[in-house]
This record gives sequence, C-alpha cells and structure tokens, in this order.
Amino acid sequence: MSDPSAASLVSTPRPEQPTEIGAPANAGLPAQKQEKPRGLLGDAWRDLRRKPLFWISAAFIVLFVLMAAFPSLFTSGDAVNGALSRSRVEPSAHAWFGYDVQGRDVYSRVIYGARASIVVALLSVICTLLIGGTMGIIAGYRGGWVDALLSRIADIFFGLPFVLGSIVILTTFNGSGTDNGEWTIMGLVILSLSVLSWPVVMRLMRSSVLATKEADYIVAARALGAGTGRIILKHLLPNCLAPLLVYGTIMVGSFIGAEATLSFLGIGLKSPVVSWGIMISEAQNYIRVSPFLLFFPAAFLVTAVLSFVMLGEAVREALDPKLR
Amino acid sequence: MGRYLLRRLLQLVPVFIGTTFLIYWLVWSVPGDPFAGKCGDRGCPENYRAVMTAKYHLDDSIWVQYASYMKNLFQGDFGITFGNRPISDIITTSYPNTLKLAVVALVIEAVIGLGAGVLTGLRRNGFLDNLVLVSSLFLIALPVFVIGFVLQWFFGVKWGIITPTVSSEMRITELILPGFVLGSASSAYIARVARTSIAENRRADYVRTAIAKGLPMRRVVGVHLLRNSLIPVVTLLGTDLGALMGGAIITEGIFGINGIGRQVLRAIVTKESATVVGIVVVLVVVYLVMNLLVDLLYAALDPRIRYE
Amino acid sequence: MSDILVSEQSAPGADGSGRPSGRLLEVDDLRVEFRTRDGVAKVINGVTYHVDAGETLAVLGESGSGKSVTAQTIMGILDTPPGFVTGGQVRFHGKDMLKMSAEQRRRIRGEGIAMIFQDSLSALNPVFTVGFQIAEQFRIRRGMSRSDAKKRAIEMLDQVKIPNAKGRFSNYPHQFSGGMRQRAMIAMSLALDPEVLIADEPTTALDVTVQAQIMDLLGELQRERQMGMILITHDLGVVADVADRIAVMYAGRIVEEADVYDLYAKPAHPYTLGLLNSIPRLDEKGQELRTIKGLPPNLMNIPSGCPFNPRCPMAQPVCREKLPPLLQIRSGRASACHFAEELVNRD
Repeated sequence: MSDPSAASLVSTPRPEQPTEIGAPANAGLPAQKQEKPRGLLGDAWRDLRRKPLFWISAAFIVLFVLMAAFPSLFTSGDAVNGALSRSRVEPSAHAWFGYDVQGRDVYSRVIYGARASIVVALLSVICTLLIGGTMGIIAGYRGGWVDALLSRIADIFFGLPFVLGSIVILTTFNGSGTDNGEWTIMGLVILSLSVLSWPVVMRLMRSSVLATKEADYIVAARALGAGTGRIILKHLLPNCLAPLLVYGTIMVGSFIGAEATLSFLGIGLKSPVVSWGIMISEAQNYIRVSPFLLFFPAAFLVTAVLSFVMLGEAVREALDPKLR
Repeated sequence: MGRYLLRRLLQLVPVFIGTTFLIYWLVWSVPGDPFAGKCGDRGCPENYRAVMTAKYHLDDSIWVQYASYMKNLFQGDFGITFGNRPISDIITTSYPNTLKLAVVALVIEAVIGLGAGVLTGLRRNGFLDNLVLVSSLFLIALPVFVIGFVLQWFFGVKWGIITPTVSSEMRITELILPGFVLGSASSAYIARVARTSIAENRRADYVRTAIAKGLPMRRVVGVHLLRNSLIPVVTLLGTDLGALMGGAIITEGIFGINGIGRQVLRAIVTKESATVVGIVVVLVVVYLVMNLLVDLLYAALDPRIRYE
Repeated sequence: MSDILVSEQSAPGADGSGRPSGRLLEVDDLRVEFRTRDGVAKVINGVTYHVDAGETLAVLGESGSGKSVTAQTIMGILDTPPGFVTGGQVRFHGKDMLKMSAEQRRRIRGEGIAMIFQDSLSALNPVFTVGFQIAEQFRIRRGMSRSDAKKRAIEMLDQVKIPNAKGRFSNYPHQFSGGMRQRAMIAMSLALDPEVLIADEPTTALDVTVQAQIMDLLGELQRERQMGMILITHDLGVVADVADRIAVMYAGRIVEEADVYDLYAKPAHPYTLGLLNSIPRLDEKGQELRTIKGLPPNLMNIPSGCPFNPRCPMAQPVCREKLPPLLQIRSGRASACHFAEELVNRD
C-alpha cells in the first residue's frame, strides 16, 4: 500500500542516490566535494551546531527529562493531595498556576505530570523501534515469502487508524470498569502505542536494508565470508540507524501527544496517576470558568511535543544532503 | 489498468480480513467472557446474551463467530446494543454528520495546505517559507484536542465569534472551526509535502525544457510543474479522508457534533462494545477503500506506473 | 502581435534599434560565476563565439569546462542562484539578450533559439504525452486549435523519421526507446522553426549505433532549414562529420577556435593537441594511450597565468605568470597559447 503519510514527515534518505546533483549546477565544480572528507555525520553536526532551533529544543528536552527524573528539584508541592477549600483558585504569586478542582497545586501537578508522559512515550518508542526494526531487518534481509508475509502483517496493523486501534485495544483491557494497577495501565498504553506504530518503522528499516543490501561493500563483505549476523550488525545497522533515530526522536514527541489523547479519552492513564493528558481531560468541564486549568498542562504538553519533533526535524534536515 | 485494479483488490482482501478479525478477536474473544464489560455497569440482560449468542454463534470457535459476524456485516447487520437498538441505526444516523465534517476538513486542508505549500515551494527560504515551516510543525505537533480546546475557548468563549458547540443542523459556517481543527495536522503535512515536491521538481530537467520552449511562466508552473508536483499531494489528500473520519472522534467530542466519533465515545463510556466494534469496522473499511482509490488515482495521475 | 519579431530570418529587431552586425548569434566576453556555500566558482571567464545562419559550430570541452553553462546562459535557463552572469553580452541579431525583458527573452526561446538536451528521458515531462508536449508549442505560441496543433505535431514527428508518427503521438516519453525519444526531442525543439539550434550533447546518452543516426538527422535538418547550430560535445569523433568550425573550451575560456580541417590537421593549442592524441587509433594498437595528465582545475581556485599550465607538457615560466589572450593567428583561427605559432608551424 502506498504510504505517503509515513514518508512525509520522515523522508528516508535514499542511499542509492547519494547527493543528487543538479548536473549543470555542479558541472563546473568537479572534485571539490571530495576535498574535505568530513563524512555525513561530521557534516550533519557542523550543520546542527549552527541551528538555534536545535539548541532550543535540546535545552527543553533536557529540562523535561530532569523534570521527569527529579520532580522535587522543581517543586516542593504536593501533586496528589489537595484541599477542597482552594478548589479552582486562580493563579497568584503564592501558587503560580493556581489550584485545580480538588484544590491540588497545578504547578506541582504539571511538574509531576512530566514523568508519566515522558516515560510512556520513551518506552513506547523503544518498543516500536525494536519491533519494527527487527521485522524490517528480517523482511528486508531474508526477502521472499518471509518479506511478503511480514509486509502483509504490517499492512494489517497499518490499516488500523491509530485512535480507533487504541480504542479497541484499550477498551478491551482497560475499559472503565476494569481495575488495573498503575503499572499495568502504563504497560497497556505502551503496548497499544507500539503495536499500532511499528509498521512505519518496519517499512523504513526494510527499505533501508533493501537499498544497502545490494551495495557493493556489502556484497564484498559477503564475498569475504562475513556471516549474516556480522553483516547486519557491522554494515547494515549503522547505515540504517540515522533515519531510525530521527524517526524515533520525532516519535517521542508524537507519543507524548498520543498518550495525552488516550488519557483524555478516558482509556489511557487514570487518576491518581498524574499526567498532562489527565489534567487536560479533567479541565475540560471547567473550560469556561477556569481556563487556566487547561492552559498550563496544555502549554507543557505542547512544548514537550514540539521540542522532540523540532529536534528530530533539525537532525533530519542536517542529515539530508538534498536539503543542503 | 484492469489487471492493476484486480491485483490491488486482491491485496486488499487479506488486509481487510486481518484487520477486522483482529478487532473482532480483541473485543469478543480476548476478555474470556464475551459479555464482560459490554453492557454498562449492570451486566448484560439475559435476553441480550441469548440473542447475541445465537446470532453470532458465541459458543462456537472464534473462526465461526468471526465468519457469522462478517456474514451479518455484509448484509448491513451490525448487531444490536444491549438496549435493543440496532447498531446499523446508530451508524446511519450519525455517519452523514461525520462525513460532512470530514469533507469540510478536507476542503479546508486542501486550500490551506496547497496554498501554503505552493507559495513556499516556489520561493524557498523567505520569511513566508519559515513562517509556514514553523507553523506547520506546530500544527503537526499539537494533539487535536489541545488545538480544539484552545480554539474553542478563544473563538467560542472569549471572543464569542462562534457558538462553542455545533447545533444539530450542522450548518457549514458552524463546521468551519471544527473542520479546521480536524484537518489542522493534515493541512500541515500537505503544505510540507507540496513544498518539498515543488521545490524538488522546480529544478527538474523537464521544467527547464518547458522554459526553453518559450512557454509563459504561468504555464510552466501551472501545467508542467504543478501537474508533476501534485501527484503526492493528491494522494495524500485522498488517504486523508478515511483518516479524518477515524480521527473525528475527538473533534466531535469537543464541539458536540453528533457523528460516529461521538457515538464511539458514548459507547466507550456506557460500555457498549458491540457498538464500538461496529463503528470501528466501518471506519476501517472506509479507510482501506480510500487507500485503494488513492492507489488507483496515483496510477491515473502518473502514466509511468499505469502499465506495470 | 510581435510574435513574428524574431522568426523572420532577416529582421534585426523590428524596432530598428539593433546593430545589424550580420552575425546571427554572438556570445561576447561572457562571464558567469556560481556562488555556492563553499565559495565562488568562476565557471565562464570571458567566452566569445558566434554562429551564423547555415553553419555549425562545435563547442568542445571536458565536463566542467563551461560549455553547457554557456548554452544555458544563451537560452536564459541558468539556475539563479547559484549561477550569476557577471559580464559580457549575448547578442541575437545584434541585440543583447541579457538586457532584454523576461518577456522579450521568452519570445526568442523556441522561435529564435531552441535547445536539445542531453538526457531526453528527464528533459521530457514524464506525465504528458510526447505529442502533447510538441503540440503545446503550436497551441500556446501560435494560437492554433487543438486539432491543427496535433496535425502539425504529427508532421514534426514524421520529419524526424519516427515511424508511425500518428500512433506515437499519444505515447508517453517512457514508452519510447532512447533514440526515438531523442528524435522526439529534436522534433519538439524544431517545432517553431528556430534560427539557432543548440544541441547540448545530443548523443551522449545513446548507443553508438544510434548516435550516428541522430547526428545524421541533425545535420540533415540543419542543412534543410539553414539553421545556425551550436553542437556541444566532449566527443571529438562526433564533431568531425557535422561541424564547420570548432571552439575548444577549457576552464571557462575558449582556448582555440578553428575550421574543422585546420584544427584536426594542426592544432594551435597544447590542450587541443592532447585531446586529439588521446583518441585511440587503430594504427597505434598496442601502444599506451596518450592521455592528458592531471585533472581539470578547481574553478574556485583557477591557476594563475594560463589555466592549463599545470597540465601542459610545453609549459614555460611565462605560462605561470601571464594569461594568454585568445588571438587570431590566421584568418578564421585563433588560439589562447603563448606558443601558438610554434605549434602551428612545427611539422
């Protein structure tokens, strides 16, 4: 199935056509590219260093990761318990972001909310990369009926729109009556995110493998007697890794958003776990009277998502020679 | 062309079966008791259990169950809710609303995405280009419900330009904001795809040939450049109609539109799994069929793959 | 309107402001540079050549010598950025095209000067039929009706000897073989009956057997229509049969210009000599092929003096200090070498 949506944000660098050269444009500059052999990664890094967007998003990511790891660095407040007497008290110098319906400090809650959001997103990305990457390598490297079978399976999962798929999975295992523990729910959310997202990674990986598999140096390595495992580990993986990492970074961003969406729908994480999605979901009924309840978690969510997406985009642009 | 169509149809069959089976299996078989959590908080009434068990052979193996479910499905019978309402009823009343919303969203995203993409593709690295790039990242990154709530609050509550929720008449003017919210991420994708495509094709040899033939610039761009660059954009738009309907759940929830998305939400809350499966299956079918149509459209637009 | 302005063979500009120098197309001290992120590459450094009606000028040079960029500048299809014209003139019927408005230049394209590209597969638009792309010119430029345009386009396909022209009208470029596609490309460029045809490596992408056919066809059409033709190539073998005069380019300069026979018999520049010597010859079978040592210069850092001096077997100290200008050494021949006379006069 043609898949323009997957290719649009993360266009795989095509190794079979290294630096597409507008023939006339470069006709006058022979041999000048080879003069400074910096390599793709060196070039990319040189490019990245000059981008303010890269530094800004990287700084935000560090901040959010710190928040997730050591929330007490940022707040001494209590994110879980509140006093109903301060229900929906507006932001003030005393409580910067105000208090929510149950009188809990919104600032502490957004800080503590980072952990669930980021942990879920990171773990889901790792799972997705592992499943999709393995499938992609196997499909691309083995080819034949293995490839056909795996590709069809990927089609099936790809045929499930994301929101719908997770609704089905999560209503089954995590419906409103079920009584799952905090970690079980997290596991379920991670499972549904990665189960529905791996086909894209698999296709990315598969096409990378297919493109590099027949490259002369791989053929040469095989001719020299290198085993399959060695070829995959030493030659194929390093080549496919760059687009995969870029995609992974962007995916962390979109998974943070997806986790929030699921929590918002009431099928993802649930109170007393603190997450931005839950906060937004809880705030929606008070949007007219206390919009600040919505804005602070939304702002954190948006910043986090954007940071990851922009970082990924910046790296992708730096890695893509065509955009130079 | 005929063979191509046939091949694509044949490829669709296993995907369709696989997807629907997966959904069916998850909803009816995995929980053990097929009626667990399907009938709200009070559990399923006895007669509902009896009717459904008889109809879908719930006592038999999952294969028989699935086959009978599919058989009924093809006859337009999606089963009944535990309140004895046919699920096909729910679908037929709410589906047109969702379709309307999705079409509005599609038009909006086509206009915004194409406009922005063509403008920036022709003039790269200007102020406009950077503006579009950054704002498209924003739209892609923001979860729909955040955009929805924020815009609803500003336009509906703070500035009072629109009513915060859509009335049951579904006037087009009311649907513009929800349509924009629903299509926001897609319009950003379309803008980016169009931009890249045009920027890549702008330096193509055939564009240079068209200029060398002495054609006016507007023909070079309007016919030669656009015709080629828009192939990926049109296909993206096509795939999106299916995705928009699937993604409408959240938008419909926020703006109170009585579409199938809202029905799914309601069914989730009231634990009517049969309804959830029914609607999801319909949406998946629409999504798959749209993908097929897009593939055919692709073949029609690009003569190079027509005879493959 | 003034569509016919440039199509009349004799008219040197309808408004009479043009200087009728008698030359059809002249390139005069043209300078072009490419401004890239890594620096400025001086791609064309004062190229001067001309072509008259009914004659064929071959422009010869290695890739990177600037021959294609010159052609692109003439056509006005130079990619800007990175390419910028920094000096010189391109005169068509005596009028400097570089000073014309975009609209005036556009009208010259196709009708006054047309161009054939090297790779016909990428030069033809893949999503339109070949017939459409030819007929398009009749419709847009001549205002013909759809059916008239189609008739004319089929005639054109017939003229370039494409069998079953009528049937092939509605085929797409990828359905043509390489040779047939290049014929279609020729038909397209000749559709508006241009006065000058620029053929940029028209046969490079083709099989050897097809190459000869295409060159014959080009030569035939050129004689029939009394066009001026600029044939850009790096292939000395292609040149001999078709060209009247040859201009040899090196590092963005013309280093030698001469009649075909003079040039082959007595090259007046060591670079030309090197090119001629590097053609494999049957009577020297078994001997080592004589090649020109070294690489073409980096255009961001062209050697001082004569740009060829690092590779020249005859280089003297003066060659590293003074840039030899292109000087007339006989009637109809010029060379940019300090030792041109010695070269021509030796046995």
